[in-house]
Amino acid sequence: MEYIGEHLLPGQFGHLFIVLSLVASLIATFSYFKSAQSKNDIDAAYWKKLARIAFITEVISVFAIFSILFYIISNHLFEYKYAWQHSSRSLEVKYLLACFWEGQEGSFLLWSVWHCVLGLILIKTSKKWEAPVMTVVSLMQFALATMIAGIYIFGWKMGTNPFILLRDSGVLDNAPALHINGDVTMGLRQDYMLSIKDGNDLNPLLQNYWMVIHPPVLFMGFASTIVPFAFVIASLWKKNFGEWTKPALPWALFSAAVFGVGIMMGAMWAYESLTFGGYWAWDPVENASLVPWLILISGIHTLLIYKHSGHSLRATHLFLILTFGFVLYSTFLTRSGILGETSVHAFTDLGMNMQLLIFLLMFVLPALVLFIYRYKEIPTIHKEESTSSREFWMFIGSLVFFLSALVIIGKTSIPVVNKILGTKIAPPEKAEFSYNQIMVFISIIIAVLTAVTQYLKYKSTSTKVFLKKILIPFVIAAIIAILVLAIGNVNYEKETFGFMVAIWMAVACSIFTIVANASYIWLGLKGKLKLSGGSISHVGFGMVLLGILISSSNKEVLSNNIGGIPAPLDKNEDPRENLTLVKGLTVDMGKYSLTYEGDSSHPKKQLSYYKVHFKSKDGKEEFVLTPNSFVNYKGNEGLMSNPDARHYWNHDIFTYITSISNPDKSKDTTTFRPKDLKPGDTLFYSSGFIIYENLNKKEDLPVDLFGKDGSLYEANLKVHSKSGSLYSIAPKLAIAKGNEMAVPDTVLAESIVLQLEKVNQDKSITLGIKESNAVMDYITLKAYKFPYIRLLWFGVVITAIGIIISMVRRIRLNRENVSQS
Amino acid sequence: MKKIHIILLVFVAGAIAMLISLLNTGSTYETIADAKAMPGKFVHVAVRLDKTKPVEFDAKKDPNYLSFYAIGVENPDQAMKVVYRNGEIPNLMISERLVLKGKYENEKFECKDVQTKCPSKYKEEMKPPQNVSTGQATEKSIDQSAMGNPAATTSEATKY
Repeated sequence: MEYIGEHLLPGQFGHLFIVLSLVASLIATFSYFKSAQSKNDIDAAYWKKLARIAFITEVISVFAIFSILFYIISNHLFEYKYAWQHSSRSLEVKYLLACFWEGQEGSFLLWSVWHCVLGLILIKTSKKWEAPVMTVVSLMQFALATMIAGIYIFGWKMGTNPFILLRDSGVLDNAPALHINGDVTMGLRQDYMLSIKDGNDLNPLLQNYWMVIHPPVLFMGFASTIVPFAFVIASLWKKNFGEWTKPALPWALFSAAVFGVGIMMGAMWAYESLTFGGYWAWDPVENASLVPWLILISGIHTLLIYKHSGHSLRATHLFLILTFGFVLYSTFLTRSGILGETSVHAFTDLGMNMQLLIFLLMFVLPALVLFIYRYKEIPTIHKEESTSSREFWMFIGSLVFFLSALVIIGKTSIPVVNKILGTKIAPPEKAEFSYNQIMVFISIIIAVLTAVTQYLKYKSTSTKVFLKKILIPFVIAAIIAILVLAIGNVNYEKETFGFMVAIWMAVACSIFTIVANASYIWLGLKGKLKLSGGSISHVGFGMVLLGILISSSNKEVLSNNIGGIPAPLDKNEDPRENLTLVKGLTVDMGKYSLTYEGDSSHPKKQLSYYKVHFKSKDGKEEFVLTPNSFVNYKGNEGLMSNPDARHYWNHDIFTYITSISNPDKSKDTTTFRPKDLKPGDTLFYSSGFIIYENLNKKEDLPVDLFGKDGSLYEANLKVHSKSGSLYSIAPKLAIAKGNEMAVPDTVLAESIVLQLEKVNQDKSITLGIKESNAVMDYITLKAYKFPYIRLLWFGVVITAIGIIISMVRRIRLNRENVSQS
Repeated sequence: MKKIHIILLVFVAGAIAMLISLLNTGSTYETIADAKAMPGKFVHVAVRLDKTKPVEFDAKKDPNYLSFYAIGVENPDQAMKVVYRNGEIPNLMISERLVLKGKYENEKFECKDVQTKCPSKYKEEMKPPQNVSTGQATEKSIDQSAMGNPAATTSEATKY
C-alpha cells in the first residue's frame, strides 16, 4: 500500500549505503589483512590497492549515510522514526546537529565518520604500517556498521537502523486514530501522515550549544584512541616492536588533547546547562570517558620513556591496548543499560547488550592474548633504572595514573559486579566523597611528580644539580601556596579535618606543579616554546588541579533558605537549598536581596523565562538573571530548567528554577492592609477571623546573619475560617544588621497572606493582611556561587595547547628522520 | 630502592585506597520492608508512587519539604511515607518507578536523592508489536501516546 505524504527515496538510499558500508568495510579488513600477511611485495601491493578502494568506498558510504540522515532531520521528514523521535519543527536550526547525535544510531555514525577521516590520513601517512594498522581500523568500521545495520540474522537483531520508518517502528501501533476505522488491528490509514505534524523534539535539556560541539569533539577523542591501539597490534602482529612508537606518538598526543578537551567540554556543559550543581559528579558516564584518557596519558609517558631510555616498552603496549579497550568498555557500560540506576543520565537498554559485549570482546580479547603471547619477545632492558633518573619517576607517575584509572573504573563497574554475582551493592551515601577521598591523594602524588620530574635527567641526575635547579621554583611555590592557603579561604569543612588537610596539601602541590613547570621553560629549555610542549601542558594540568580543588571547596549555596524559614535556628542537616520568591516581594538571600519580577514565554514552545532581580545589599550591584524552564513539556510533568548565570572574573553566580506556582495567569494585584493588634485581639477577614495570640522573640541568633543587635520576632496567630477549619500561622519580622525584613506567612486554603510589619514594646503589633483570590505567582529557585572556576577551564586550554605543541614537534622530528634516512 | 619495590608500594597503596572506598560503600539496594528493618542505614529503594495518597508540597510554606507515600515495586503491600527535603521532584506524578536514596528514620523514609524513571518510548519499541500495551489508547490520548512520549527517562538528562 502506498501512503500519502511519505518520502521513501532518502531512506532507500540510506539502506543501500548501510549495506554498502558493511560490505566495503569487511572487504577492506580482509584485503588489508591479506596485504599485511603477504610474503612478497607484489601480493602486498595488490591487496593494499584493493583494500584502499574498499576503504574509500566505505568512507563514501558513511558520509552518504550521514548526509542522508541529516537531510531527513533538517527537512522534518517525520515519516522516519529518527527525525520524529529526536527533532521537531520548532527546533532551532543550530540544534539540528544536536538531535542528529542525540540517538544511539547518530552517535555511532559520528564515531564512524571520524574513523573515516582518521583512516584517510593513515592511508596517506603511515607507509609500511598502513596494512596492519588499517586492518584494525577497517574491522572497527565493520563493527560500527553493524551497530546501525538493523538486520536480522537467524532471528537475532543486529544494530538499530536510523532509516526505519515511523510506521514500521511500532510507535503508531496502538494509536487508533491513525488506523483504518479507528481499529488498531487494521492497517494504517493511507493519509496517516496528515496526523504526524510534528516530532518529539530534542530533549529540552539538550537544547544547548554544548550539545552541538561537545559530542563531535568527544567522539573524535574516542575514535582517535584506535590509532595508537592499531599501532600496538601492528607491532605485536609484525613483531616489529620498537619502531611503531615514532609514528604512534603524535597520534597518541593528538588523541590526548582532543579526548581531554572533549571530556572537559562535557564538564562545562554539565556546569552551564544541566542543573547538577557542578561540573563533575563522578557519574558513570563521566568516569567511563575519563578512565581511558587517564590510561592514555600513562601510555604517552611510557612511550616517551621508551624513546629516551629504552625502558617500559611492555607497559606502553599494555597501556595503549587498555586505553582503547576501556573506550569500548565505556561504550558497553553507557549503552547497555546496565548502569540504569546509578547514573543521573538516562540509559536505555537498546536490546543490543549481546552485540555490545561482542564488540568489546572482539577487540580486547585478541589484543590481550596477543600481548601475553608476545610478551617475552618485546625487548626490555634488564638493568634497573636509577632512582635519580627521569624515566624512573615518570614511570611511577604513569603507574599512579593508571592505578587511579583502575580505582575509578572499579567503583564505576559495581553495577556490572552486581549483575554477575547477584549482589546488591549501591553507591554510598556520599558517592562523590568516596571518589574524592582517594583522588585527592592521587593528585598530591601526581602534582609533586609532575613538578620535579622534568628537573631530572634521563639515565641519572646528580643530586646537587637537581637541588640547585629545583630550589628557586620550590621557594616561589611555597610562598604562593602559603599566601593562597592563608587568604584564599580554602576550607572544605563538609568532611573530616584530615580530608581538609589533604586538600591543602594538594593545593600546595598543584601550585608547585604550575610554578616548577613554568620555570622549567626558562631554566631547562631556555624559553624555547617549541620544545616546551610538555612543560606547558603540565602547567595547564596544575591549573586544572588547582581550579578543581579551589572551586569545589569554596562552592557556596546562596539560596540557603534563611529568609523564608528560620533555618539557622534549628541545626538540621536539611539541604534547604530552595528559596521561594513570591512575585514582587523582596526576599533576602545572603548578600543579595532578590525580587521575582515576572515571567515571559517563548513564542513557540512551552518555555518560560523568569526575571529575577538581584540587588546586593551594599548597593553596589544590581542585575537581572533570567533562568528558564520548560513547563510540562511534551509529556513531561513539571519543570526542565536551564540556569542563568552571572560571570565575574573570579566567580560565577548561578541560579535555576526548581518549582513554580500553578501556571494560573490571574494576577494578584492586592496589597497588604495594615491593622494594629494587641495580644488577644481579633481581626476579621472575608471568610473568617484571626486571633492574635502572642509574640515570641527568638534568642541565640547567629551573629553573622543578624549582626550584634539583631532580633527575630514571631507572631502566633490562629485563623478560624467559616468552614470550621483552624490554622496556626506565624509571620516573622527580622531585624538584622539594622535592616527590617518581614517574612510573611500564608494560609493557602483561605487565600490570605499575613505580614508582620511592626512590633512594639508592649507586644502590640502592626499586622498586614492581604486577601487574594488569585493563587500567588511565585517561583522557587536554587542559587550557587562557584569561585575560580575559570582557572579550571583556562587550565584545560593550556594543557591542550601544550599537548598540541608537543605533537607538532614530534611530527616534525619524524619527518626530519625520514628525510635523513 | 628497586623499581619493583616502588611498584609494589604503589599497588599496595592502591589496594588500600580501594578497600577504604569499598568499606565506605555501605549502601545496598533494598526493599521497603528491609529498609524499615534497618533504620538509620543509607539504602537505595526502588518504589512506586502511591497515587491514592496525597503528595504534600507547598513552595510557599516550605520549598524544601516534599512528602509522599511509596509502595514497593515488587511488593505493593509494603508501604512507607517518604520525606524529601530538596524541593519539587519533576515527573514525580508520571513516574513508573522511583529509586530513593536515604534512610528510614522516625517512621518515615528520609530521602536524600531520588531518581525518577519514566515510561520510555525507547523501551516500548523494543517489545514485539503484539506485546505493546493495549487498551489505554483512546481517541483523545493520541497526542500523548503517539506524539508525545516523555523524552527524558530520568529526572536529569539524557546525554547521548
